[in-house]
Amino acid sequence: MAHPTQLGFKDAAMPVMEELLHFHDHALMIVLLISTLVLYIITAMVSTKLTNKYILDSQEIEIVWTILPAVILVLIALPSLRILYLMDEINDPHLTIKAMGHQWYWSYEYTDYENLGFDSYMVPTQDLAPGQFRLLETDHRMVVPMESPVRVLVSAEDVLHSWAVPSLGVKMDAVPGRLNQAAFIASRPGVFYGQCSEICGANHSFMPIVVEAVPLEHFENWSSLMLEDA
Amino acid sequence: MADVIDDKIKNYRTAPFDARFPNTNQTRNCFQNYLDFHRCNKALSSKGQDASPCEWYQRVYQSLCPMSWVSLSYQKHLNNRTFE
Repeated sequence: MAHPTQLGFKDAAMPVMEELLHFHDHALMIVLLISTLVLYIITAMVSTKLTNKYILDSQEIEIVWTILPAVILVLIALPSLRILYLMDEINDPHLTIKAMGHQWYWSYEYTDYENLGFDSYMVPTQDLAPGQFRLLETDHRMVVPMESPVRVLVSAEDVLHSWAVPSLGVKMDAVPGRLNQAAFIASRPGVFYGQCSEICGANHSFMPIVVEAVPLEHFENWSSLMLEDA
Repeated sequence: MADVIDDKIKNYRTAPFDARFPNTNQTRNCFQNYLDFHRCNKALSSKGQDASPCEWYQRVYQSLCPMSWVSLSYQKHLNNRTFE
């Protein structure tokens, strides 16, 4: 959950998301250093009264300002490619959940053993309990066991949607007629919020996603209760 | 062979990684397992054999395919015999 005046990413709950956070810090630091250097040089050029009319060329500085940017780019590219391949690792999931986008709610299906399916509507602002988050809470949360690889198959029943949970590092488009696979591991218990990320009509901003990661026994109790209620 | 399959079905957790469908788009994975289940059933029952090994395909397609796809679209095609 984001806190007020937050500028950076949300706290990661997924190992790959942690890597992305560190990489973002690394790339941003390089960008800031370069920008500061350029700004300093510009102000120095503009604020001096000295002139030099006799420089024709300089091999040394040309070599430096060709090799140095190439080195910087390699320093950015190597961690970037590492994370790219890390995201594509083959993982053997313990659980498959289907997230189907509708106008304007999500429905979740857990069909590995029994046919459990339920809808997840946003809690309207006037029905919120004290302490709950506006436009982010839902009546039913997608509960997952923590520290288990989970496969989410995202699709849509009508128009394009997108299933996104930033803390888990997942954003996957929901396309009607297509089943898109995303995978994550919730490395800590908690409640993770996200919102629909593809414009889908009037209530596009009002179909949030809430993922709750709990220990396995709690997950089993929850799924038995949901099956009884269904 | 049959007991290997029985073991796999008994220890089933969810659809495992399938190297035929390594990418993000798993539509074909769902469809293929649905077809394989029905073909397996048809082939084994036409020979009068036990169709329990086909349960693997059933578990996999139930894990992967959205319930609405199976009950509406695939079932309709099955009833109309438009799958071949």
